[in-house]
Amino acid sequence: MKREFLSGNRAVAEAALLSGLRFYAGYPITPASDLMEYLAERLPKVGGIAVQFEDEIASINAAIGASWAGAKAMTATSGPGFSLMAEGISLAVATETPLVVVDIMRAGPSTGIPTKTTQSDVYQARWLAHGDYILPVFAPWSAQDSYDLTIKAFNVSEKLRTPVILLSDAVIAHMWETLYTREPGEVEIVSRKKPVEPPEEYKPYKAGEDLVPPMAVFGEGYKVIVESLVHDEAGYYRQDTRTYREMVTRLREKIMRNIGVVYEHEEYWLEDAKIIIVSYGSTARMAYPVAKSLLSRGLRVGFLRLKTLWPLDEGKLSSALSKADKIIVVENNTGRIYYDIARIAGRDRARFSPILTVDPPGFNEVLEAVSRWL
Amino acid sequence: MAVAKKVIHPLDKYLRSDRLPHIWCPGCGIGIALAAMLRGIDRRIREGKLDRNKLVFVTGIGCSARVSFYVDFDSAHTLHGRAIPFATGVKLANPSLEVIVVGGDGDIAGIGGNHLLHAARRNMDLFVVMITNFVYAMTGGQLAPTTPLRVYTTTTPYGNPEPPLNVIKLVASLNANYVARASVTTPHYIESFTYKALGMKGFRFLEVVSTCPEVYGRHIGLRNPVAMLEELKKRVIYKAHPVVDESDIDWDKGIVIGEYVVRNNPSYLDLIKRG
Ligand SMILES: Cc1ncc(C[n+]2csc(CCOP(=O)(O)OP(=O)(O)O)c2C)c(N)n1
Ligand code: SF4
Repeated sequence: MKREFLSGNRAVAEAALLSGLRFYAGYPITPASDLMEYLAERLPKVGGIAVQFEDEIASINAAIGASWAGAKAMTATSGPGFSLMAEGISLAVATETPLVVVDIMRAGPSTGIPTKTTQSDVYQARWLAHGDYILPVFAPWSAQDSYDLTIKAFNVSEKLRTPVILLSDAVIAHMWETLYTREPGEVEIVSRKKPVEPPEEYKPYKAGEDLVPPMAVFGEGYKVIVESLVHDEAGYYRQDTRTYREMVTRLREKIMRNIGVVYEHEEYWLEDAKIIIVSYGSTARMAYPVAKSLLSRGLRVGFLRLKTLWPLDEGKLSSALSKADKIIVVENNTGRIYYDIARIAGRDRARFSPILTVDPPGFNEVLEAVSRWL
Repeated sequence: MAVAKKVIHPLDKYLRSDRLPHIWCPGCGIGIALAAMLRGIDRRIREGKLDRNKLVFVTGIGCSARVSFYVDFDSAHTLHGRAIPFATGVKLANPSLEVIVVGGDGDIAGIGGNHLLHAARRNMDLFVVMITNFVYAMTGGQLAPTTPLRVYTTTTPYGNPEPPLNVIKLVASLNANYVARASVTTPHYIESFTYKALGMKGFRFLEVVSTCPEVYGRHIGLRNPVAMLEELKKRVIYKAHPVVDESDIDWDKGIVIGEYVVRNNPSYLDLIKRG
């Protein structure tokens, strides 16, 4: 363990390197460019490579290709570039490609405000692409959390053979903080499971009990098939309902069965709380002190910070929120996580305090937004 | 996979014969192109210059892209237009692999055009085979960037008003080490150009002029596969040293095939000192 002073983006880069990143593909965009600039310098020193591609479409497809050639791969972007990656995300889902995609939110829609943040892309992270699928989305609130959740993103992507989205934002990305980084061996690093059977018996999409197929990569003699079309266990295209149903169900189930690994939130003072403030990402940085100050004024306030934005562990969330009379969701958009909380905790208890700002919200701004429900 | 392989053809060893019959229409040129490519590959393998376990076929989406279904190598059937960036990621992550991209003219030069030009500019270590059938075949006959002027397609019912793209000229203007054109009427050139390309580094591009009797044939009144092949054959002119200025495809003046560019510029891997 080492104490360091890093920006959120550098924390992501360092954690990616520790996780075994060897291939980075990207296209410049604020507030993600400095992540690539940093990796362009660092990756070649560990035998990896960072390439600036002609666009984000090329970037994500190259990262998928690199993953199939055996490298741990990552790309990073912001809203406009992330939009261009939509089809690539769906390819990674269908082909069960381990891949980490970092989306650093800025203000939108369209080109928006490149240098400032909002939390408007929560649904984009969940549902960017076409097709029936789910994928894990993690949202850090600090440099330390950027570091830890990046390691988790790689581990989950390798363990479950899925693309994973790390949803950071412009504030977290460029804020410098002290954090503790790890040395190799100090933290578990997961790599994709390899086949044990000989190539003649191997089927690239045949899963065992855990629903995650072992992954042979190119060049190992397994004659791997990467198939974008709906496919059976062998990777052969099939147009029938049974194959489609089996594939789509397994893709979902392999993640939901591991919800305990994928889903995480943090709880503060929930035991006696009658009011729970729920927040995440950079907005949680101010929602937390507001909750703490209300508590010190004698109000029975608790705080819950989401680290995983998708999929939610509804059972766990519902029991954490069960004793409160009111649950106030604070987020920097016109309503995203609020609708999940309203569904899970019930509309009668859920309240929404939107903060629509492109600058980090001040203490009073958040206090005011929350106070209307007190 | 469980089916025991019965070898009926010398190239069967490179085919997933359990996936046959293939989807191509009777008389389609794509099969001719694939067989000729496989013969070029086979020569390199028999020479010991190529390891079949290190060969990767990457394709996008389209009739031409379906070749990845049938070859018994590592293969990827990816997204429409995105085979080149996918293949680039593969090659850079493991430079010991020989990566071949195959696609239609729409896949490679239409939707994937931006990737094509940048891969050529980088002299990326890939062999790209573009099968030109002058139309979007898989989707039923719409305009392709290579469709000749005035041809009727399903999306140009009054005749194509757009001048076609000469992809040979485009790629030759960039930093590619090898730019050649063959035709399904001259499979021996597809074979020898494939063979040659597989002995080189950097970006290697082969355009194969093909026949699509089912869709394009219908558009130009050559629905009969043999007639279409005969008509194409009449127009193909082989030159030992063609120049780029004569590479425009012109149904009346002829279609010049041959090796337009052969050079030894530093490849991307040379430039980054990898592999
Ligand atoms: C993003 C996207 N757009 C459109 C399509 C539909 N599509 C499938 S194949 C194809 C064109 C095929 O033409 P070409 O690449 O020339 O190959 P051919 O079938 O002629 O061999 C199109 C437009 C798609 N699969 N993906
Ligand atoms: S539609 Fe044309 S290109 Fe496609 S398989 Fe049939 S003949 Fe070949």
